[in-house]
Amino acid sequence: MAAATTDPPALPATRLRPPASLEQATHLARYQLREYLRSLRFLVMVGIVLAIGAILTTLVAHFRGSLATSPIAFYGSFWGGGANGVIVLSAVIFGGDAIAGEFQNKTGYFLMGLPLRRSTVYVGKFVAAFLAATAMMLLFLAILVGNGAYYFHGGLFPWQLGVAIVLAFAYLGAVLGATFLFSSLFKTSVYGFVLTLVMFLIGFTILQDLIVGLVKIQPWMIISYASSTIGSVFSPPVNWGLAATVTQERAFMGGPVVGTTYVPGIAEGLVIMLVYLVVTAIAGLWLFEREEFT
Amino acid sequence: MAPPSIETQGLTKRFGRFTALQDLSLKIEGTKCVGFLGPNGAGKTTTLKLLADMIFPTRGACWINGISVQEHRRGALTDAGVLIESPEIYPSLTPNEALEMVADLRGVPPADRRDRIRTVLGEVKMDDWANQKVGRFSKGMKQRINIAAALVHDPDVLILDEPSTGLDPRGMAEVRAIVRDLKKSRRLIFMSSHILSEVVDVCDEVALIDKGKLLFHDTLDNVTRRFAEGHGSVDVTLARPLDGGDGRAKLAALPGVSDVTDLDPKRWRLKFTGGVDGQERLLEALVALRIGVVSVAESESALEEVYLSQISRGD
Ligand SMILES: Nc1ncnc2c1ncn2[C@@H]1O[C@H](COP(=O)(O)OP(=O)(O)OP(=O)(O)O)[C@@H](O)[C@H]1O
Ligand SMILES: [Mg+2]
Repeated sequence: MAAATTDPPALPATRLRPPASLEQATHLARYQLREYLRSLRFLVMVGIVLAIGAILTTLVAHFRGSLATSPIAFYGSFWGGGANGVIVLSAVIFGGDAIAGEFQNKTGYFLMGLPLRRSTVYVGKFVAAFLAATAMMLLFLAILVGNGAYYFHGGLFPWQLGVAIVLAFAYLGAVLGATFLFSSLFKTSVYGFVLTLVMFLIGFTILQDLIVGLVKIQPWMIISYASSTIGSVFSPPVNWGLAATVTQERAFMGGPVVGTTYVPGIAEGLVIMLVYLVVTAIAGLWLFEREEFT
Repeated sequence: MAPPSIETQGLTKRFGRFTALQDLSLKIEGTKCVGFLGPNGAGKTTTLKLLADMIFPTRGACWINGISVQEHRRGALTDAGVLIESPEIYPSLTPNEALEMVADLRGVPPADRRDRIRTVLGEVKMDDWANQKVGRFSKGMKQRINIAAALVHDPDVLILDEPSTGLDPRGMAEVRAIVRDLKKSRRLIFMSSHILSEVVDVCDEVALIDKGKLLFHDTLDNVTRRFAEGHGSVDVTLARPLDGGDGRAKLAALPGVSDVTDLDPKRWRLKFTGGVDGQERLLEALVALRIGVVSVAESESALEEVYLSQISRGD
């Protein structure tokens, strides 16, 4: 043999072992979050939340006669009106290219040489995106509370706001789940962004209308339908149940039904959101586990 | 403890109907550096990606240190350092942070982390940049960090895909020095490269692949000897230019010389027969010509000739 193969020094008795996958996911989330916090997209998102907050602040100030008559009316219109946008845009901005970008930007090639499962990367990135989006929700909440304090002099928060916040976080999970799934369908970032944005801004609403209008059933399979609980919890009487409130509009008293509106029950909305999260996470993980870094 | 090893069995990869790698069975084991050669598109990166579980085999399987890559990616990559296709690092992280991330994910004990990171950043001469954002680095600087990342956990097995691409001449020399250094302790390095001088310099064995098929895998000495067919080749450098026809005739008349090529008027390549004895006689006669010989070096082209003859044969 050509090489000077001198006696190798003994290896250290204990070789390194990679930490458990869950711990690796938290490490990944930590560094990914740091990346988000320093990125331009974070600043852009802060700008968007401030803009949404400013618009709502102006609207409420202008129509205070109707919108700020009671804490419930105020928080309902403010949180109900803005949370959805903050959630969807945060998900698109932080998650739209989360998986596709690992391929396109070749950062995935850096991670794939490490002793970790593909799913660890997926979960770590999901957690980071969730936390970054949470920061946006908290910023929006701060604007909301600031306005509330101005109109109601720091009066009590209605319990509905607490429920609506829980629902909003569940919705964030569901939206991010779908975003990550969309993102893992592609290896080009922009497709992930566009698909997510189109689906959440108009796609799901159109689907929901089609299902209600043509198929005439409750559109429980549409994620944006579930999100209406975030606003409906503010309008009494609250339907806590698993079944939707169905209202049929008739053209004349006792005449034929011309339209039906479905408002999901709170528990129903929550279940739909959680099912979305679980199903999209499983599908996205399944896809990502099989994707090749060619 | 078993020596470090890399093994592939019947490894095959198709992209659609195109076979990028066909039935590669290779076993390399022990403390050494194996150069992985082959023309563009031969299947080198494909092989290395299969070894790192970045892509999945159509058929066959591979093992690192006896652990199946396809079944236990975490286990197989634990003692391996991988650098394939110049990856990118999250741009707003600094080298320190990126290497901390790698160390965290690999389970380097916190007590050793700082030392290890400082050591590897020193090895790739990036210590001055440890706290600057990677996003603004040049290609070669990023590649240095990538090399450092493959070394952080002091792995037994290194899988490197053209590690010196994008590096300046000093960087290439440094990579060579790192690889040579690594061989001093128990390490197995499997490295693709297009730079034959680099391979001659640091590798003990070479594997040559073309069109997805392994042509041979043997020690560097055996390869050059086997394919040289009794021919040797030396490059002669002169102090003064040697004039064309007359000079060439003088060189061609030397004992054992079978072929003379002028690389330029001051550099000539002599092919000769007769093995080591033939080489000795040739050099004595060469110096006796008094044509201003300032250096005689075994021509680096030995491997190049093997390479060219093997690759063109496939066409
Ligand atoms: N994702 C892919 N889809 C289709 N063909 C591919 C894909 N990836 C690689 N190939 C093909 O497989 C062959 C081998 O490619 P590979 O990257 O392994 O070559 P290589 O030996 O590393 O070449 P180079 O020296 O240029 O880096 C090439 O012909 C390439 O076109
Ligand atoms: Mg290649």
